[in-house]
Amino acid sequence: MTKSLNKIDSQNVKVDVHYLTRVEGHGNIVVDVKEGRLTKCEFQVIESPRFFESMLAGRSIWEAQHLTSRICGICACGHTLASIKAAEDALGIKPSDEIIMLRRLLLNTEMLDSHILHIYILVAPDLLGVKSILPLVKTHRPVIEMALRMKRMSDYGGEVLAGRHIHPISYVIGGLTQLPSREGLEKLYNLMLESRKDGEETVKIIKTLKFPEFERPTQYMSLTHDDEYAMYDGDLVVNGEKSKVNNYRKLFIESVVDYSKAKISKINGKSYAVGALSRFNNNFDKLHKKAKAVAKELGLKSPCHNPYLNTAAQLVEWVHCLEDSITILEKILKEGLNEHKVVVSSWPKRSEIGKTKYKPNTGSGCVEVPRGSLFHEYTIDDSAHITAANCVIPTNQNMGNLEDDMRKIVPELLGKKTQEEITLDLEMLARAYDPCISCATHLLDVKFVE
Amino acid sequence: MKKQSKPRLAFFDFTDCEGCQLQFANLGNALLELLELVDIVSFREIMTESSEDYDIAFIEGSITTDNDVLRIKKIREKAKVLVALGSCAAIAGVNGIKNRSSLDVAKKIVYGDKANLINTIKAMPVHEVVHVDYKINGCPVYIPEVISVVKCLLMGKPYILPNYPVCAECKINENVCRYEKDQECMGTVTRAGCNSWCINNGNRCYGCRGLVDNPAADAQKDILSKYGLKLEDVLRHFTLYNDSMGEKYDQEFK
Repeated sequence: MTKSLNKIDSQNVKVDVHYLTRVEGHGNIVVDVKEGRLTKCEFQVIESPRFFESMLAGRSIWEAQHLTSRICGICACGHTLASIKAAEDALGIKPSDEIIMLRRLLLNTEMLDSHILHIYILVAPDLLGVKSILPLVKTHRPVIEMALRMKRMSDYGGEVLAGRHIHPISYVIGGLTQLPSREGLEKLYNLMLESRKDGEETVKIIKTLKFPEFERPTQYMSLTHDDEYAMYDGDLVVNGEKSKVNNYRKLFIESVVDYSKAKISKINGKSYAVGALSRFNNNFDKLHKKAKAVAKELGLKSPCHNPYLNTAAQLVEWVHCLEDSITILEKILKEGLNEHKVVVSSWPKRSEIGKTKYKPNTGSGCVEVPRGSLFHEYTIDDSAHITAANCVIPTNQNMGNLEDDMRKIVPELLGKKTQEEITLDLEMLARAYDPCISCATHLLDVKFVE
Repeated sequence: MKKQSKPRLAFFDFTDCEGCQLQFANLGNALLELLELVDIVSFREIMTESSEDYDIAFIEGSITTDNDVLRIKKIREKAKVLVALGSCAAIAGVNGIKNRSSLDVAKKIVYGDKANLINTIKAMPVHEVVHVDYKINGCPVYIPEVISVVKCLLMGKPYILPNYPVCAECKINENVCRYEKDQECMGTVTRAGCNSWCINNGNRCYGCRGLVDNPAADAQKDILSKYGLKLEDVLRHFTLYNDSMGEKYDQEFK
C-alpha cells in the first residue's frame, strides 16, 4: 500500500489512496482538485475479475449454492440464501415455515458477525486514532477480548446451524441436510443471552466516539415487510414506493465505467444507497424496541443522511438481530424441530438424475446481507442446468452513492482541512459503506452463449 | 540485552473471497496466543500500516493476472517461508473453472467494447509461478489444520499433507456412505485433512481439497458406473475445484 500526497494548497488537492486498507478486497480512491475545481472523484475497484456467473454456465442448479457462497468469505451465508431462494423460485419449491425460521436465524448470525467485524476491526481504529486493531490488543485488551467473544458467538451460530459460517454446508435448496443439534442450539441461546451485556458495553463505547459530520440525502433502497424488520423476505422499497423483487431489473440500471471493474447502479437516473442505514431509514418502525432504544442512545434518528453513521446503524441492527435470534431460538427450543419438515438431501437422488424433466424457467431471490440488498437470478433448462445467471451485489449498488458523497464532501473540506485529513475522511467514508470488493468483482451480468 | 525478535508475518490476497484470511479472525483465543509468538506486519484486510520486511508470507487466492505474477515473484524474493493458504492458492480452486472457457468471449460479452481493459490470464495455483514451502488446502481452510501447519512452520518442520482420501476420515466419523444413500460424493478421491467436514454435516464431498496424489481413477469410475452415472456428470463435479490441472486431468479421467 502506498499513499502519495502532493502538498500544494487548498485550491489544488490530490488524493491517491492506492489499495484502501481495512476493507474487503482491493480498491483505490482517486480525487483531483485543480484551481478549486473538483476534476476527478473516483472509487476504483481493481480486484481481479472472478467470472462467477460464467462459472455457473452449464452447471446443475444444485451446485449453485456451493459455488456462489464462494463469492465472499464474509457474506457466504447471504449468498447461500439468495442463491437458494432464486433456485427455489426457478424450480417452484416452497420451503416450510420451519426452514424459513432457520434461514432467518442463519442470516441473523451473519449480520451479527459481519457488523461486529466492521465496527471493531475495520472502523474503530480510525476513531481511536490508530492504524489497526493490533495496537489495541495491548492498549485496550478487555475491549478486544470482548469483540472476539462477540464474534465467536456469531461464528458459533454459523457452526451449529450450517456446519460453518464461511461457506455454510447444510443449508441447501428445499431445507437443511441435517438438523442442528439441540445441545448446540442451547449453547448458542446461552451465548446470545450473555452477549447482551457485551452489546450494552459496545453501545457505551460507540457513544463516546466521534463520527465525522456530513449530510447528503439520497435514495435509500432495501427490502420491506409488513410484519418484520425485513432481512430474509419482503418487497423492495425506495422513496416510499414498493416493487416486487423479480422486477429488480426495471428498478435499477447498471452501467460500466472505464476506471472500475464494478458497474455503477442507478435508480431514476440517480445514485442510491443500500445497507444498514437504508434499512434503518426505511424500516425503523419494525425494529425491536431494544434496538430503537439503542438508536436513541446513539442519537440516531430516521431518516439519517450522514453515511458515516452507517456504522452506528449497524450496531442498532446488531441489537435487533440478537433479540430476534433469541426469540427464534426460544420458539425452537420450546417446540422442537420436525426432522421431516426440515431435512432434505443436498441433491436429487442419484438414481433419478438425468431422468427428471424440469420446466425451463427463470427464478430470482433477494435477501438483505450486511452491506445491503443482494440479488441472485438463474435461468435453468429442462435438465435443471443453468443457462444464464446474474448476481447483483450491494457494494456495486453503493459505488455511485459513495462517489456522489465524495463529490459533495471534498469541496466542503477544502480550506478547512489538510490533505492528510481529507484523505483520512475519504478513507473513513469509503470504509463506512463497508465495501466488499471480492463480491463486487464476482463479475457482472454475464450472459453466456451455449 | 536485546529481546530476541519474533518472526514477522505478512498476509497477501490475490483472486479469492478472503474467507481463508477471515478464518484467522475466527481462531479466537488461539489468535491472541499466535500474536504472542509472531508479529503481524502486513494484513491489508485489517490494518493500514504495512511492512516490506517479513519472514513468513501467507498467500491467499489464485494468480489470475499479469500483475499477480509480478507481485507474487516480488513477495517470494522477500519471504523466507511462503505458505499457500486455502484451495485458491494451493490448487487454484473454483477460479480454475474459468480455464476451460474462452476468456475472450466472456470478456466481450461482459464488457463489450471495453473488453480490452480487462487483464485476465489462466487461473493458477501459487506453486505454478513460485516455490511454495507449505500448502494448506481447503475451501475454506480447516482451523485445526491451520494450527498444525502454523506449529510446524514456527518449529521449522515440514507439514506433510495427508495422502489418503476423505473416505478414510469419513469412516472413522461413522457417517453413512453417500453412495449408500443414493447420492454422489467426491470423498473417494479427495485429499483428506478436513475431518470429512461436509459429510459430517449431512452434505457430500465436493472435492475442495483437491485430489490425492494417486486418485484411483479407475476405481472411482467403476463405482460411478455401478450406480449408473454418466462420465460427463462426474467430470463436471471433478472440475469444480480441480480444473487447473487441465490436460493431466483429462488424461486420467477421460
